[in-house]
Amino acid sequence: MKNRAAFWYILPSFFFVAVFSLYPIFSSLRLSFYRLILTLPWLGQKFVGLENYRDLATDPVALHSLAITLIFVGVTSCLEVALGLGMALVLNESFRGRGVLRAVVLVPWAIPTVVSSQMWRFIFNDRYGLFNFLLFGERTSLYLAPLADRVLAPLAIVVGDVWKTSSFAALIILAGLQTIPDELYEAAAIDGATAWQKFRHLTLPLIKPALLLALLFRTIDAFKVFDLVFVMTQGGPADATNVLQFYGYKKTFAEGMIGYGSAISVGVFCFSLALALIYIRMLGARILEKGAAR
Amino acid sequence: MKKWLFSFWVVLIAAFSLVPFLWFVLTSWKSPAEITAIPPRLVPSFHWGFYRSALEQYGLLGYIRNSAIVAATATCVSIAIGSLAAYALTRFHSAWLKFYLLVLLCISMVPQIAIAGPVWRILNSLDWLNTYQGIVAAYISLSLPLAIWILTTFFKELPYEIEEAALVDGCTRFQALRKIVFPLAAPGIFTASILVFIFAWNEFFFALIVLTNPSLQTLPVGIALFPGEYTMPWGEIAAASTMATLPLIVLTLFFQRRIIRGLSAGAVKG
Repeated sequence: MKNRAAFWYILPSFFFVAVFSLYPIFSSLRLSFYRLILTLPWLGQKFVGLENYRDLATDPVALHSLAITLIFVGVTSCLEVALGLGMALVLNESFRGRGVLRAVVLVPWAIPTVVSSQMWRFIFNDRYGLFNFLLFGERTSLYLAPLADRVLAPLAIVVGDVWKTSSFAALIILAGLQTIPDELYEAAAIDGATAWQKFRHLTLPLIKPALLLALLFRTIDAFKVFDLVFVMTQGGPADATNVLQFYGYKKTFAEGMIGYGSAISVGVFCFSLALALIYIRMLGARILEKGAAR
Repeated sequence: MKKWLFSFWVVLIAAFSLVPFLWFVLTSWKSPAEITAIPPRLVPSFHWGFYRSALEQYGLLGYIRNSAIVAATATCVSIAIGSLAAYALTRFHSAWLKFYLLVLLCISMVPQIAIAGPVWRILNSLDWLNTYQGIVAAYISLSLPLAIWILTTFFKELPYEIEEAALVDGCTRFQALRKIVFPLAAPGIFTASILVFIFAWNEFFFALIVLTNPSLQTLPVGIALFPGEYTMPWGEIAAASTMATLPLIVLTLFFQRRIIRGLSAGAVKG
């Protein structure tokens, strides 16, 4: 009886989730076994088994895209957790203006990604960007075009992501820091521990779960990078920033390769599901009791 | 830690967070000649021309209106539906409900491209591409995991006794929800609303594929696709970006505590 009532409360949300999230996942899976190209409608929708996956595994652009994405995810999430830790350590002290600093740190997080992407695109502009001016001053002949450079363009995307989301990592780590009781530090001080020893042997082990959590969250999120690439580089130059989400978008929506695009979607989904399961595994039962990351 | 060293870190963090965007805001107040000047001018001449041309020539007001309609509607519906679900998830107990919560969590972690193609096809078959209801429907389902997770944490903290007393007095469950749980959970509902609103205001991927008609596009799409064949209209882009971001900065500064609480409690991504 009780559970039947619960059903009615869940139903509206389940309807939306089922139609716009669950069904699409299965639909992608089904379509990935077909050849369906919108620009070649006369080919129709033909079942081709695993052909799309075979193509995907041998497509040099896709493999390059996977490599780029994994490097991007690894580099940004580590940098973000490191910077986030630094910010959290400062925010955890009590000082005048702490509330203001906390709000200030949230500003990059609140800015629409499209806006921050345009902002970095302007800063990295080849003729009047701040980046060039800070590096070379008025010697305009030395100015670089970072977004048209195969090495600098991915770095520019990394800068854009790290700037925007380090504060999110900081908040998760800060929540971890706040659970450490002051008595532990007092005891350590009595034992004559230096600041570094306190950090190394007390703080760090105690916030390890929070650090891992922040790392995992950033990994999951960095995997979704799209806006930055769309605005700043359009995947270029020469595919140097062609991350998986952008490649999938291009194949599906610009080239109309529905079957092949679906195979990319399924690949991306499996990766993210694996990450989600690691997350659930890590938090274990706590996730349902506390409702979240604390 | 030495006091001056600590102050140095505080200033460094503040500068890191603010300076890049401040630079962009200052750009929006420059004159066309000041934008391309080398060395760049630090203090602009507070020229409002780019705001005028962004609003008049590039139709920024239309984008702002679309964003406001879409984000507000999606937030209201998502929070209403999400509260029902969160209520059931905290007041009833069964393995299925727990499983549902985990499914929501997994869904919130899936990159957009994994569902974008079929979502486009569904909206296309409903003839909902380039409509408000199309993008709003997509945003409701995308924001529900976030809304439900945050609301669940807040609903869990409410004392069950008051509700129980009302139920004993002959209140129906729905009345108890409407008259007792909602008012008591108002701060939590407000927090979840802010986060869902920010999500819907900033979302780009689905807006890009669903809204191809410029008169219906939202701000992120307008700003990303700012027309500029040969030279980019940086002044106008900076002006539009400043206007698109202003409401969010105000929200963040005012409700900083709530947002932080919502993010670290819900901790589904924001």
